[in-house]
Amino acid sequence: MTDCLLQVEHLVKHFPIKGGLFGNTQYVRAVDDVSLDVRRGETLGLVGETGCGKSTLARCIIRLENPTSGKVVFDGNDITSKSDTELRPYRRRLQMVFQDPYSSLNPRRRVGSIIGDPFEIHGVASGAERKRRVQDLMHLVGLNPEHYNRFPAQFSGGQRQRIGIARAIALRPDLLICDEPVSALDVSIRAQILNLLGDLQKELGLTTVFISHDLSVVRHVSDRIAVMYLGKVVEIASARELFKHARHPYTRALLSAIPIPNPDLDAAREQIVLSGDPPSPIEPPAGCRFHPRCPRAEAKCAAEEPALTTRLADAAQHLAACHFPVKDGESVALAGKLS
Amino acid sequence: MTQPLLDVRNLTVSFHTPDGVVEAVRGVSFQVERGKTLGIVGESGSGKSVATQTVAGLTRGARVLGQAIFEGRDLLALSAAELRAIRGPGIAMVFQNPLTSLHPFYRIGWQIAEMIRAHEAVTAEVARKRAIELLGLVGIPRPERRIDDYPHQFSGGMLQRAMIAMALALQPRLLIADEPTTALDVTVQAQIVRLMGRLQREFGMAIILITHDLGVIAGSADEVIVMYAGRVMEQASRHGLFGKPSHPYTEGLLGSLPQIDAAGQRLTAIAGQPPSLIQPPSGCPFHPRCPHVMDRCISEMPAFLAVPGAEEHHSACWLMDPEIPA
Repeated sequence: MTDCLLQVEHLVKHFPIKGGLFGNTQYVRAVDDVSLDVRRGETLGLVGETGCGKSTLARCIIRLENPTSGKVVFDGNDITSKSDTELRPYRRRLQMVFQDPYSSLNPRRRVGSIIGDPFEIHGVASGAERKRRVQDLMHLVGLNPEHYNRFPAQFSGGQRQRIGIARAIALRPDLLICDEPVSALDVSIRAQILNLLGDLQKELGLTTVFISHDLSVVRHVSDRIAVMYLGKVVEIASARELFKHARHPYTRALLSAIPIPNPDLDAAREQIVLSGDPPSPIEPPAGCRFHPRCPRAEAKCAAEEPALTTRLADAAQHLAACHFPVKDGESVALAGKLS
Repeated sequence: MTQPLLDVRNLTVSFHTPDGVVEAVRGVSFQVERGKTLGIVGESGSGKSVATQTVAGLTRGARVLGQAIFEGRDLLALSAAELRAIRGPGIAMVFQNPLTSLHPFYRIGWQIAEMIRAHEAVTAEVARKRAIELLGLVGIPRPERRIDDYPHQFSGGMLQRAMIAMALALQPRLLIADEPTTALDVTVQAQIVRLMGRLQREFGMAIILITHDLGVIAGSADEVIVMYAGRVMEQASRHGLFGKPSHPYTEGLLGSLPQIDAAGQRLTAIAGQPPSLIQPPSGCPFHPRCPHVMDRCISEMPAFLAVPGAEEHHSACWLMDPEIPA
């Protein structure tokens, strides 16, 4: 198991919501029994729609949230129940880039000191040495090092995301978690940041977990992709395998919903338009959580939760949680289920 | 030759701000044909929303020049009352964020019915019935019950459907949809795009679809214009634009998109940052980021030139000038 940098085992995160006259506590089941591995040097893409638990999962991994149950094993050490002091040495090895480059930077602090924080906090460098290293970092992420004393407001969205990235890679982490790092950016700027992340990964040998709702972006950066729906991983496979031989009807629907900037291809492919919205994670449907929206659902799907396991004759690394996986070349039966 | 439904000519919109005059739209012209979809693509600050909001009379305090001829009348010269009579039955809008476009204190059905009663002399009961029909039409399950819900009881996709229902209430000839699917999840986005296509066929209305997402445009627009820094950079049919993009900015936008069959390769990003609208670059606004920049681009805004070898395809780029040796 030495090639696994991170193992997530049966991770559960429930958020209590107090309510009701009699003080009944309900739970938002944000992440419900998720297990996955991240191998050294790879990029694992995590896709899903709003509320599927992908960000909560990431926050549990770096212990911004404390998991309700389950284990997070980082480089052979269980970090699930470590105290803040015990976590410190791990924090510098686990870093995160956030979605919103506006709210994740303190507007009153100068960029140089924001990027230099990690050096200060972990006692790595100070004074002139710190400034030199911050300017190296700024250069590395494509910012002008002369802008060391500017405030975040003086930078555009794309530049701010570069600041966030510089801060995250300052201590040369082993694992970088990017939570929708390009979703707030314009198309032309998005491409710049994706290229930057790719270059940095090669240069620094980073392992990355890349979270996005945009499958085309995830496909672009990932070696493997995990698809989440309502707190569960429903399918996981290598990126190529997932795009060629998706087994789960939800994955198929996601793939078919990617807008393709080519009118001919767009018209030619199978369109799977799901009915309805994702259900509430407070009372998720019984059995397979996708069954109320699934065009293939049968009685078994409502009764029995499918395990995440190898389906059909797939490679051992391709897992899907579906009783009736879609075969190659088969269409996802969609009669009568369209909006 | 038939008149287009909407003919916008040389539209210029500027705002006074404490930092100076922002020229949001600078000499934009486009036409929308009856029953067709015009896609407007552009990034933040390209002027795509301001241009269409001005046409609908929604930019207060702006200095507006040019013409917008809708069914023979210049919208920019109409009084507020005349415009109000056109908005609804003539032009309706759907905005990006449905949660902020609906009043949180009033029931959804009431808000739709009120819209109908503002324009037509019908009883509250009739208006309510129409509202139920409309909600059913846009695919809200059990509309007779959901009509009494408040906006917060609807999901994002359902709210956007309700907004579309409201926009359709008076069967407008033109629907302006400003990033209607940007706030939605991809599977819900696919539902809404499909819904708009179906309603367009049923009602024969024209649509202006504003988006930053070239993929959404590729699936649904007949004609496309690409905007940058307040100007139209390229105009073509959908197949013309995606088959033979001619403006370096359009090429750059397409190159910026991850291709599904070419994963892992470097994207051909556009270098640099979008320009300031207070002090836009001289000449062609794209010249500081353009890989093909020439001296002429810095001094002179390119004319809207026909793309060689293509009909009805124009590009505001000196590369299209036949006098320039390739």
